[in-house]
Amino acid sequence: MKNAFRASLAALAVAGVFVANGALAQSRDTIQIAGSSTVLPFASIVAEEFSAAFPQFKTPVVASGGTGGGLRQFCEGVSPSTIDIANASRRIRAGEVETCNKNGVNDIREVQIGYDGIVFAVSINKGDFKLEPVHVYKAIAAQLYIDGKWVPNPHKSWKQVDASLPDQPIALAIPASNHGTREVFEERVIAAGFKASNPPKDAPKDAQTAFRKDVVIEIAGDYTETLARLQSDPNTVGVFGLSFYDQNRDTLKVATVSGIEPTLETIAAGKYPVSRPLFFYVKGEHIGVVPGIDEYVAFFLSPEIAGVGGRLESAGLIPAPAAETAGFLASFKAGKNLKASDL
Amino acid sequence: MADIAVDIAELANRRRLCVRASLSRRHLIERLFRAGGLTAIVIALGLVATLFGMMASKGAPAFMQATLSLDVTFDPAVITVAPPPARAAGQSEADYRAAMLVWQRQVTLANWSAIVETAVRNAAPPGFEIDRRGALALVETNERHRLRDMFVADPGLLGQTVRVDMLASANTDNWLKGTINRALPDSRQQLSRQTRTLADTLLAEGKIRFAFAWHLFTNTDSRSAPAAAGLAGAFVGSLYMMLIVIALAVPIGVASAIYLEEFAPRHRVTDLIEVNINNLAAVPSIVFGLLGAAVFIRYFGLPMSAPVVGGLVLTLMTLPTIIIATRSALRAVPLSLRQAALAVGASPTQTVFHHVLPVTFPAILTSAIIGVAQALGETAPLLLIGMNAFVASIPATPFDQSSALPAQIYLWQGNENRNFFEARTSAAIMVLLGLMITLNALAIFLRTRLERRV
Repeated sequence: MKNAFRASLAALAVAGVFVANGALAQSRDTIQIAGSSTVLPFASIVAEEFSAAFPQFKTPVVASGGTGGGLRQFCEGVSPSTIDIANASRRIRAGEVETCNKNGVNDIREVQIGYDGIVFAVSINKGDFKLEPVHVYKAIAAQLYIDGKWVPNPHKSWKQVDASLPDQPIALAIPASNHGTREVFEERVIAAGFKASNPPKDAPKDAQTAFRKDVVIEIAGDYTETLARLQSDPNTVGVFGLSFYDQNRDTLKVATVSGIEPTLETIAAGKYPVSRPLFFYVKGEHIGVVPGIDEYVAFFLSPEIAGVGGRLESAGLIPAPAAETAGFLASFKAGKNLKASDL
Repeated sequence: MADIAVDIAELANRRRLCVRASLSRRHLIERLFRAGGLTAIVIALGLVATLFGMMASKGAPAFMQATLSLDVTFDPAVITVAPPPARAAGQSEADYRAAMLVWQRQVTLANWSAIVETAVRNAAPPGFEIDRRGALALVETNERHRLRDMFVADPGLLGQTVRVDMLASANTDNWLKGTINRALPDSRQQLSRQTRTLADTLLAEGKIRFAFAWHLFTNTDSRSAPAAAGLAGAFVGSLYMMLIVIALAVPIGVASAIYLEEFAPRHRVTDLIEVNINNLAAVPSIVFGLLGAAVFIRYFGLPMSAPVVGGLVLTLMTLPTIIIATRSALRAVPLSLRQAALAVGASPTQTVFHHVLPVTFPAILTSAIIGVAQALGETAPLLLIGMNAFVASIPATPFDQSSALPAQIYLWQGNENRNFFEARTSAAIMVLLGLMITLNALAIFLRTRLERRV
């Protein structure tokens, strides 16, 4: 018993030394990435391929948390306990750059990696949806302008919104506001639909942004959560990233938007209306402190990874034109940093 | 006198009748209670069995995975690299390593996909038409790295043909196992018609077989090559956390329990401490995660996603459990034992360490193991300290980034290749449950063994 007690004391002492050492160790040799769950699969693939190609560097660590969450961690400051790269499925906001600058992060370098489409999908055994942005707006807006006045949205089924749509109760699972996808959804679908509905000039401010609470389901987690929603309530229409839909084509049926079916080709050609560029932001202050950041960025943007026919295209990323990607790589290498006034 | 005797007999008789009448009712109550208890146990066991059965039936297929046996030719026309640098006399270790790294980099740049493609084409029946993308879709993408590693380890392979067991890609595995509906049209399938036909042909010819997925235990997580994803990184991460919990929570918890129970004077302050410990035991684990993120990562600057932070957070969580269990074990020791020790002249410390603690040792050990098992399965706090990140390497020290078993389950549950990862997730749950059962069984075994000895 005495021995056991002594052994415990010794273990405690060793553990104490361990922790103290860690607190003093102020460096890190693994690139730490966080942010958008849309970019995460791509970034993870690159991280693995990167460590296979550059055995001298450790495999970068990629965390999720949504674009907003990632950028918040990114802007926390310059230290080994903050992340080096933030993945984003929308552009950084001026306010976020200001927060960054306030915390000492001044060298923010923007890198665009390619494009992604946002698709509407239903369970495989449901009717065909041929959506227009205005249908989505009319289905989920809290108030509609009908017969000269604003009334609470009366639509119960998609068929009431437009006769061409299936007779299915309205239920739409959209990403919550921590996801960059939400912003694209509001900009490209809701704003466009609002405009197409010919609202009066004196429309109330929230006519466009207020959604019906009873039919809109906000999903804070990943797309698997949206998929689970569709399985538990088959009447739900879900908003997904193209790559997620592409890997689950056996259980999901995609809706056309403005008559265009979302595919790699239609999005790359700019025909499909709901697409957006994907980014990551690099903390310039960490370059040279955490090894491998320069190489990671160059590797990510290389044609065999992010280019046409590259590794990421087969995972569902829509490659940007080679010149565009080369431009971002050049300005990254030149150390061009982003200012709040650029946005 | 006789009257009284009659009265007594009468009374006794009446009492007997009364007892007999109530007896059947008491027996009924007894039977009902036993039946109720038995039903409760049957329901509980049934639920556990359903859970395990569901997990096992869902997860079992993930332990067998489609594997290709291919003849791989290390074609000198494709691998056009110079022979590896030999260590020249007088060359320093660092220079040699740098030269070696340059050579490895050249080897990496060779077109390994072409070698995999040729191997697949050679295995296909003569005259079988398949495009490059279709042929490569059959084999998991990381196998080209493995071929490269084989070559780096043995450059003599150049020009030789070797039989290599390669993992089939996740989509091939889905197709062959039927986890994706095989009746669906081409447009809804992940693989092209050619690749699917080839997979079926190779399976019939025995060039693809289902082999035990050892890599589930030896590989780390992978998104680039989902078929090769394994639990090794998460397992080591969890192991480090458990070691930290054992090294910190057990001694601190037992020591504070002994002090509070045996030495501390009873007054307001110790009462307050007691109330707080009981409260802490009931605090939701996510709160400990927030605390860990704020204190250990922001303030002390410990690394994110590191098992050391996870271990510290779980230590805080396990402490109250161990303290409370140890205190109740100490309280159960009869006072006479302490009095006897004190009476023969033992000091209070000697009394505790020589006489009281040995008796409670089995109970303390059990509570420690159960506390550690609980910590092993804890997920919520880990999500807040970044342990749900994608980490593709095995952590060398507790300060390296890592995942943990429950966090890995959470990650796999969210993977976009649902058809493949649903079984994978269940398999990971089976591994975690297996570990917990082992730990709990160990607790019971140690308790019975030590109790017998004491």
